[in-house]
Amino acid sequence: MSGVRLPAGGDRIDRSLPIAFEFDGRALTGFAGDTLASALLANGVDIVARSIYDDRPRGVMSAGPEEPNALVQVERADGVSEPMVRATTLPLEDGLRAWSLAGKGRLAAQTDDARFDKRYTHVEVLVIGAGASGLAAAAATRSADPGARVLVLDADPGAAGEGVLADTTALGVYDHGYVTAVQRRPTPRTEGRLWHIRAGRIVIATGATERPIIVADGDRPGIMLASAAAAYVERYGVRPGARAVLFTNNDTTDRVVTVLRAAGVEMAAEVDVRRGESVVGTGADDHGRLASVAIARSPGGGRHETVDADLLLVSGGWNPNVSLWSQARGTLRFDERIAAFAPDRPGPHGRMEAVGAAAGDIADLGRIEPAWIVPPAADDPGEDAWATHYVDLQRDATARDLQRALGAGLTSIEHVKRYTTIGTAADQGKTSGVVASAIAAAILGQEVGAVGVPTYRPPVVPVSFAQLAGRDRGDLLDPIRVTPIHDWHVAHGAVFEDVGQWKRPRYFPDAGESMEAAVLRECAAARTGVAVMDATTLGKIDLQGPDAGVFLDRVYTNTFSTLKVGACRYGVMCRVDGMVFDDGVTSRLADDRFHMTTTTGNAAPVLDHLEEWLQTEWPALRVRATSVTEQWATVAVVGPRSREVVAALAPGLDISIGAFPFMTWRDAVIAGIAGRVFRISFSGELAYELNVPANHGLELWDAVMAAGAPLGITPYGTETMHVLRAEKGYPIIGQETDGTVTPQDLGLGALVSTKKDFIGRRSQRRPDSLRPDRKQLVGLLPVDPGELLPEGAQLVAPDADLGRVPVPMLGHVTSSYRSAALGRTFALALVKGGRDRIGERVSVPLAGRVVEATIAEAVLFDPENRRRDGEP
Amino acid sequence: MLSIPCPWCGPRDETEFRYGGQAGIAYPADPDAMSDAEWAEYLFMCDNPKGAWRERWVHTAGCRRWFDLTRDTLTNEVLG
Repeated sequence: MSGVRLPAGGDRIDRSLPIAFEFDGRALTGFAGDTLASALLANGVDIVARSIYDDRPRGVMSAGPEEPNALVQVERADGVSEPMVRATTLPLEDGLRAWSLAGKGRLAAQTDDARFDKRYTHVEVLVIGAGASGLAAAAATRSADPGARVLVLDADPGAAGEGVLADTTALGVYDHGYVTAVQRRPTPRTEGRLWHIRAGRIVIATGATERPIIVADGDRPGIMLASAAAAYVERYGVRPGARAVLFTNNDTTDRVVTVLRAAGVEMAAEVDVRRGESVVGTGADDHGRLASVAIARSPGGGRHETVDADLLLVSGGWNPNVSLWSQARGTLRFDERIAAFAPDRPGPHGRMEAVGAAAGDIADLGRIEPAWIVPPAADDPGEDAWATHYVDLQRDATARDLQRALGAGLTSIEHVKRYTTIGTAADQGKTSGVVASAIAAAILGQEVGAVGVPTYRPPVVPVSFAQLAGRDRGDLLDPIRVTPIHDWHVAHGAVFEDVGQWKRPRYFPDAGESMEAAVLRECAAARTGVAVMDATTLGKIDLQGPDAGVFLDRVYTNTFSTLKVGACRYGVMCRVDGMVFDDGVTSRLADDRFHMTTTTGNAAPVLDHLEEWLQTEWPALRVRATSVTEQWATVAVVGPRSREVVAALAPGLDISIGAFPFMTWRDAVIAGIAGRVFRISFSGELAYELNVPANHGLELWDAVMAAGAPLGITPYGTETMHVLRAEKGYPIIGQETDGTVTPQDLGLGALVSTKKDFIGRRSQRRPDSLRPDRKQLVGLLPVDPGELLPEGAQLVAPDADLGRVPVPMLGHVTSSYRSAALGRTFALALVKGGRDRIGERVSVPLAGRVVEATIAEAVLFDPENRRRDGEP
Repeated sequence: MLSIPCPWCGPRDETEFRYGGQAGIAYPADPDAMSDAEWAEYLFMCDNPKGAWRERWVHTAGCRRWFDLTRDTLTNEVLG
């Protein structure tokens, strides 16, 4: 093929604006308005890729998004390398650098920092395709309903008209008129925009795509869809070859021949299926480029003639672009009139219609004679017959692959697609899919319409992950919640962890201190002196109404209606299946008002759970639930010397044990701030949880640090909190539990009332909930006190034969830490029938070794609770 | 992306809602009176029709109200 730029013509290019670019390291020039493909053809570059498996040279086959060959690696101006970009739709830009590929691109090594964004819109009517039919449909809508919002999308950068969004390709159609589309370069600074469109009605005006007729060696550079050759002449003033053969079965190529002749292309032969003629093969030059075409002038083979040519124009007819139609579960029928699949009317759910070529109205088609594949030349069937009849050029899949698939007994076109990979490449089989169905039908001896086509799926064209993500990346991926005390934690070197959307300090290392050393130091401070933690993230729900107590009796396993004002109670909440869902301390503020706390990560699900039961099962209960998590800052002051700190902060509060006992709360003025003090403990130590309005949180924290300074008050994070609670055997919902654990399994049976119904009660009496071999929460002490078991480690019997799989599992480690108070490592575990095994050994198989551990009580530190009122 | 007609807020995208399964299954008045099999039926089983299906939704990112909806499970069209 010897493509050249014609001296005139090309309605999309501006010859006054030359553009320098590079392809495979060669410096070339084109014009503004060119695509990379048209500029390459204009420069005589005819081999643009090597095929993925067979290493065959490939050229530009199309002038649009259906291109299977001309996929290139592009280095953008910002240095980001983009793989598998279609040269046929890539606008030429100054300084563009592109490389040919062999069927696979290379992912960029660096992050794509280009700006991508999203837009959401609602319209009464969405028209996809701004051709004559699409614009007519849009105009008809507007005149029928002048107030209707009408949006028209078109993939072509040059598309124009009222309400037309150019350079925008619809990617997918989803339920209830939801459409996604990608707009390229919506602003000079924005690489792309993803549109989310909700449309009352969708008009599919996506046109049709020409398809080839499959022949032996029909994949060479120089073989092109007939309409594409005309497009290069008319749009870009590029003559794609000098001497052409036409292979057609319809009248749409008449115009192509006229255009090419006018551009100076010599028509060496016109081969028309309708006259019994066919192209049976092609020949190549030393570079693998098209050099000749073998033509049979009568059906059934026999002798054929060879014609020299550098351009073969192929047209096997036109496929309506039905991907979007089909995605919306619109049905298709094989329309004999056009020898193609077309939308079956009416459209899906009355919300979609197809018009124009997309509906099967192919202009100037004339009489079409279905032609899908031409057998190999009769005089040389050979061993490799059908092996170069490439059907899917991007996958290097051939007619022989189809024969193999059907020979293996496959009959469904969905299976054939997956077996042969035809239609699975980046082009989604736009030129190969229907042809493959027709060839399969011929082999099976069925009608094409009976075989059908594989399901169409989004996206219609490839779209990058960076585009799909838009700006929802990094810090903007998900809301980041911080407490009012966060800045203090940052300033004091806290290492953070994510708990749900919250940033929580995990530990506060001194300079150069390891996490292990910091946590041991923080734990020791809480057990021997005084320590402080920001507990603001704890979920808090305000429950108000005369029936609040009754409601809590139903949602907690234990009783709350009897709780006195001023008192607090720990409660366990289950789902109706009887499994533990959440836990926390709830306090009675007034006869008709409770303050519930939840685990940090469960605050929203618990509120949802309460709302669901209140609204759907017990609407007669007079209770309202409101999240107040963010209204209160919570500071836990913990340790045997915590009383001294709180006494200094709240001089008006009688803090004696008798006046302010464990599991009660008091209103108090703390550091000058009106708030509440709760005497509750998640560590087993004397502790006070100070609650003040959130905007005073940092002020309170500073006051606590100042009051505690003489005592060496030590801030601590979630890791120390975990160790302290685990030493006391307190479970963490979501760590010790996984949705299959009952309160009884956790050893909390004493908190399960037998006197009332509550959510989950009936399920806890199911035979499965009563099995004696259920996994129960126990402590675990490694025989080597320095051995830190990995969380999640499986436990097996000490005599288990690890060579015989499956090895029976006894349970698993749920939490594992080093304990300053115990002077050794320890763990919590769920073990089958665990409470009856206390004192027994288990084996813990780890990578390459097995360690031993002894089952113990879950409460390993201060089981008599002698420390909760201070140093005993 | 379904468009779900919230009776309080009007049509909104599915992502604003949480699904609540089959509608019209009341919490039993006397769970203790039920056999294990009857309780398991209540707890674990639901209908699975092709076509019209009555289901529950809650507008979690909006008014937080629960409501029932009839949807065609084949086409996802909202029937009322």
